Amino acid sequence: MTAFWYASRATGVVALLLLTAVMVLGMLVNRQGRLPGLPRFAVTGLHRNLSLLAVIFVAIHVLTSVADGYVNIPVFSAVVPFMSPYERLWLGLGAVSFDLAIAVIVTSLLRRHLSRRAWRVVHLLSYLCWPIAWVHSFFASGDLQHGVLLILAIGCAIAVGVGLVWRLAAAAGDVPRAERVGLIMAAVHDRTPRGRATANDADAPGDARHPRDRTSTR
Amino acid sequence: MADKLLVNPIDCKGHGACAELLPEMITIDEWGYPIIDPRPLPPGMERHARKAVSACPTLALRLTRSQ
Amino acid sequence: MTATTAGAFHEGSSRAAARGDLPRLLPPVREGKRPQNLDAHLARHGGLPYRDRTGMPGNPSALVRDLEEAGLTGRGGAAFPVHRKLMAVLEAAGQRGRPPAVIANGAESEPASDKDATLLWLAPHLVLDGLQLAAEAVGADTAILVTHADRGRDVAGRLRQALQERLAARLDRVPVQLAAAPARFLAGQETALVNQLGGGPAIPTFMPPRITERGLAANPTLVQNVETLAQLALIARRGPRWFREVGTASEPGSMLATLRRADGLPRIVEIPLGTPLRDLLGDAPAGPESAVLLGGYHGRWLPAARAATLTLDNRSLEPAGARVGAGIVISLPADRCGLVETARAVRYLALESAGQCGPCLNGLPRIAAAFAELASGRPRRGTREDLERWSGLVTGRGACHHPDGTARFVRSALRTFANEVRRHERGQCSAASTAPFLPVPDGAARSEDDWM
Repeated sequence: MTAFWYASRATGVVALLLLTAVMVLGMLVNRQGRLPGLPRFAVTGLHRNLSLLAVIFVAIHVLTSVADGYVNIPVFSAVVPFMSPYERLWLGLGAVSFDLAIAVIVTSLLRRHLSRRAWRVVHLLSYLCWPIAWVHSFFASGDLQHGVLLILAIGCAIAVGVGLVWRLAAAAGDVPRAERVGLIMAAVHDRTPRGRATANDADAPGDARHPRDRTSTR
Repeated sequence: MADKLLVNPIDCKGHGACAELLPEMITIDEWGYPIIDPRPLPPGMERHARKAVSACPTLALRLTRSQ
Repeated sequence: MTATTAGAFHEGSSRAAARGDLPRLLPPVREGKRPQNLDAHLARHGGLPYRDRTGMPGNPSALVRDLEEAGLTGRGGAAFPVHRKLMAVLEAAGQRGRPPAVIANGAESEPASDKDATLLWLAPHLVLDGLQLAAEAVGADTAILVTHADRGRDVAGRLRQALQERLAARLDRVPVQLAAAPARFLAGQETALVNQLGGGPAIPTFMPPRITERGLAANPTLVQNVETLAQLALIARRGPRWFREVGTASEPGSMLATLRRADGLPRIVEIPLGTPLRDLLGDAPAGPESAVLLGGYHGRWLPAARAATLTLDNRSLEPAGARVGAGIVISLPADRCGLVETARAVRYLALESAGQCGPCLNGLPRIAAAFAELASGRPRRGTREDLERWSGLVTGRGACHHPDGTARFVRSALRTFANEVRRHERGQCSAASTAPFLPVPDGAARSEDDWM
């Protein structure tokens, strides 16, 4: 039976790593960031593919922990939070995070059938899902509290934390729709000498690419 | 009955993934936005077009049936 | 303020004068500028001719058939066949089982146009009749009349008065709501209109789906210019054959036009389609470089000599690269510089971009800056080429036709004022006066509130 237990712990760690990567990649997609050496479509592609891989690892993580007979974890407690007599709180958080992840992924797979706003609101739940998953990972077993895995856990937290700060700071610089054209008008009229407009015209202040939505107007 | 590519210019934020995956039909202008070839998709390109549509992070690119 | 000099004009239009039929929409010449109240309206035109039958998809009402026979096209600028729009709304309403809405578009966001405001001021009941008849024809349960938020006259006040008269007379079957569109160039665009009436900003949305399918409150929506509805109200009373008594065979009927000549004041006239432009251009001597602007700021400049050989209908204008549009005819005075005037208008057009679509947001400001350079001082090398390239880049790549119209306007200026461009490239300008001529509003939108 311990094979299941080990498998559960191992897949749990991998799932956390994958989810961390998915979060960072998601932030990169939103800000049109690039991964060095990779084409643009790869950032979006990796974000999506790794999220599906993460779900698979979480599924195995859940199934092996249920299958392991040493502690009692009823199968439904994987999706219904706080129903497991073993480690009720921390496992419960795992279930919460799993539910959120399912919501995010299902709505993304069915994105074409949803309104833009509905998809986006659910997708933002990933910012709730990840920290809960991290707390679950850290406290549900003692693995991440010592040694290399502790360093890993902290590393993941730093990665998402730094990413979040970067994401928010960049969003704060976004220009509201009604102000965009005024900004570009000022920029193109002030720029001397004009020079040739380049494909990535980031030279002129407030110019270049589509200043991003700060908020939806609907 | 051939397919045509269509982009919703309001949703398009100029990520540019589409042009990487379908350079035969999509080029990027000097400001980073896609210029879509308005002609019907040539035969054999449908799979690549679907990938390009799928790769758009904002789902701005569409493939439409046209006569 | 607008002077209705229909009388002064009609001496020139022999066909219409011979018929004694015009004006049709505007009050009779002898009544001058007096707005028609309900009594005067009923005395002149008769009662509201409800058909007492709503159209059905596949079985349109008699009104829709009359409109088809009459060949009425939209008077808002696009000249789309009215019966087809009504049928599209009927179709969508039938398929989706949703009640349509009708919107009378009096937003008139083109600064150079004043015909809609004039019509609403002088003959509001004709427009309101048309609104009721259109609502009946498509089975609408919602009727909204939109006016411009900020023009000289209190058009909204006049309309409220008119609606009260109609309420007392129990004339309207569908209650009419009044709304005001913000003073933005795009506010009259039909998707922007629906967006704004739905509580959002007056910025366009992407089609598909079309407004006729899915518009206000996700219902099929019919948007018609107020003049179109007034014409409809007359066709309903007098029939398609009467409508075709003026105008041309392919473009029948009368239309309202906003004329501006050397004094810059707008004159609203009601003329048959197909009126020779030389009757409209005024008597000022036209030099070899005189120019005429047809169709407003999304229209085209033509040399006056060329324009004088054309008539105000699309069949005549299209080969010359122009369109009737919303009937704006502006003669540039000989002492003004066409490039300077165009630069002022293009700057306005750029500032009025909704800023939603990358090509428009990036292209129009650059076009405006380059044109400003061309108009004043010594333009850099390649300015003309840049303008041509950017005009091509923005065309067809927005959610609405704002970039297309702007590019068209710009290119027509480069063509029509080609000699002037060469002079400017040498640091000269042939204009004697720099006083602004074209009506270009001050004040750009600064925040989201300016779009609501």
